[in-house]
Amino acid sequence: MTEPAAVTNPGPRPDDPLSPLGQKPRPAGARDRLRAASGRLRGGDLGLLPVLAGLVVIWVVMQILDPLFLSSANLTNLALESVPVGVIALGVVCVLLVGQIDLSVGSISGLGAAVLAVLFVDRGLPAWLAVAVALALAGLIGWLYAQVHNRIGVPSFVITLGGLLGFLGVQLWILGPKGSINLPFDSGLVTFAQLHFLPPWLAYTLVAAGAVVLYATGAARASERRRAGLAAASRRLLAGRSLALLAGLGAAVWYLNRDRGVGWMFVFFLALVLALHYVLSRTAFGKSMYAVGGNLEAARRAGVNVKAVLTTAFVLCATLACVGGVLSAARLAAANQSSGGGDVNLNAIAAAVIGGTSLFGGRGTAFAALLGVLVIQSISSGLTLLNLDSAYRFMVTGGVLLLAVSLDAVARRSRVSHGRA
Amino acid sequence: MPADSPPSPHEGPGGPLLSLRGISKSFGAVAALTDVDLDVAAGRVVALVGDNGAGKSTLVKILSGVHRPDAGTIGFGAETVAITSPATAQRLGIATVFQDLALCENLNVVENLFLGRELRGLRLDEVGMEVRSRALLGELSAKIPSVRVPVAALSGGQRQTVAIARTLLGDPKVIILDEPTAALGVAQTAEVLNLIERLRERGLGVLMVSHNMADVRAVADTVAVLRLGRNNGVLDAAGTTASQLVAAITGAADNVVSRRAGRDRATADGTESAYGAGAAQQGEAS
Repeated sequence: MTEPAAVTNPGPRPDDPLSPLGQKPRPAGARDRLRAASGRLRGGDLGLLPVLAGLVVIWVVMQILDPLFLSSANLTNLALESVPVGVIALGVVCVLLVGQIDLSVGSISGLGAAVLAVLFVDRGLPAWLAVAVALALAGLIGWLYAQVHNRIGVPSFVITLGGLLGFLGVQLWILGPKGSINLPFDSGLVTFAQLHFLPPWLAYTLVAAGAVVLYATGAARASERRRAGLAAASRRLLAGRSLALLAGLGAAVWYLNRDRGVGWMFVFFLALVLALHYVLSRTAFGKSMYAVGGNLEAARRAGVNVKAVLTTAFVLCATLACVGGVLSAARLAAANQSSGGGDVNLNAIAAAVIGGTSLFGGRGTAFAALLGVLVIQSISSGLTLLNLDSAYRFMVTGGVLLLAVSLDAVARRSRVSHGRA
Repeated sequence: MPADSPPSPHEGPGGPLLSLRGISKSFGAVAALTDVDLDVAAGRVVALVGDNGAGKSTLVKILSGVHRPDAGTIGFGAETVAITSPATAQRLGIATVFQDLALCENLNVVENLFLGRELRGLRLDEVGMEVRSRALLGELSAKIPSVRVPVAALSGGQRQTVAIARTLLGDPKVIILDEPTAALGVAQTAEVLNLIERLRERGLGVLMVSHNMADVRAVADTVAVLRLGRNNGVLDAAGTTASQLVAAITGAADNVVSRRAGRDRATADGTESAYGAGAAQQGEAS
């Protein structure tokens, strides 16, 4: 019975040798990290591992089927092709994290492309102004979704399903009867998306700078933690991580430079990914996004402005969808009735989920969009090389999406059984 | 930090910290509370007991700012206050840990503790938050394996500890615990009861709502009994037997609980009568 136990149990003392809180911190070496990672994995916290493994499998299979797949030329194209959908997927990650969904990202991207084309080509506005208007419009759409969700309480699934159809209509209406507007080939937007590549020296410099920054920030954090008496990563681990990044990205840049090199558009995408990663992992706002996705009521009671967080997520998603649409139009040098249509919508959502963002909310990272879109685009590019039409592409992509969602569900069950859900 | 407040193991010098006088609340035609008085002093644990529908939850909701009383006054310290919203309650220093704990299971312990009040300078002060989390949990002698594990990986007792520790960051004077030991195992219950004693040592006033007579008698200094929305006595926990408590809760010395206890006593020859009544009451309540 509890009564005697409650009185006689002396309870844990701070100096209790069993209490890890009382332990002296020691530097976490690579082996500790590895052990912790394998523990997390078994507990169903899969992180980015499945998508990385999937990417390797797809690349190996495609290379066997078609030796051109891993050529510099194809990979250069692959990198550029993945940017528009990748940027849209980045927005989808934001709404999925707060436990919502936006099914209209394709329509919004198409609308953004149409608005850009009409203002830039038909009305003769400067490109930057046309882009700014398109982005502002998309932001307004996201804000509208959030208001309907926050004030009326309609599930985002339904709101954005309405938006999917409604904004496709607006796109067709804006484009008018001719239905297609070509962007001039010599405009900055088109050359940015098609022709501008980093000079090799700049690409290598950026890679080196990235490695140095990674090491410097890691070392600064580690020494700050050590000063405060907390466990911190060892210098060797940090150096190893930086060297791995240097070697990996350096080799990638070298390989791409055998063809045209690294496109500025891809660098732009990477910058967006890193910026979102910083916001999600290092700011109070990022934490509140995870909190809202994990337990909305708990977040509200903890004083998080839940409505503001949801609004920001919807606005971010719609704006990024529009950026994706603009980049897509620039890459195609045209905006037409099928801009943002077809498989764009589902590819973007699939990329976020395949990359490891949970449909149940509260789990995922910005890198999910990058890796997920690489998977989707690799399938698409490989099947195109094999001269298989979109029928096969849809089927394979659908299968991979189903696999990713099943993995998410299984991982969730595993988290529950390991007490981590 | 709450650690700054002077430890007062017994009755605080300034009388009751929180005193309710003549609180009434009705929902439509149903009178949930009628003319209820309650005192909580610093460094004291007051258990609030009563059967289902006695008005415990309504009283807790009034104190935490969810409901407003229809009549009566709430004194906090030397002043009379109006608790109009959960934010007002928190500003006054009345923290409530509800039964569902309201933790984000996908976030780790530090992130949960500081959710909504992150320390930041130019950027998030993650080291500062982790140091303070470890210090706070250490003061509470909490058995948490690591402050960087997600709350989902913690046991029920550990989650209760995290939820209580989180309220301490707001530097409250009174902590209200709603059924803190419900759904906990034997060892975890003992852990939470230890934690409540530690809150008392820190000089906080603790109001604990509970159905468990054994837990109430283990940690409470006084027991306030509610019956059908009215005060039904304030008992001294040390000098009260479980059967007296049950009598106060049910309103009669002769009831199903005491009859059952009497039957047990007859068979076990009077040994551990309190135990039998406590167990029976638990069975009734759950």
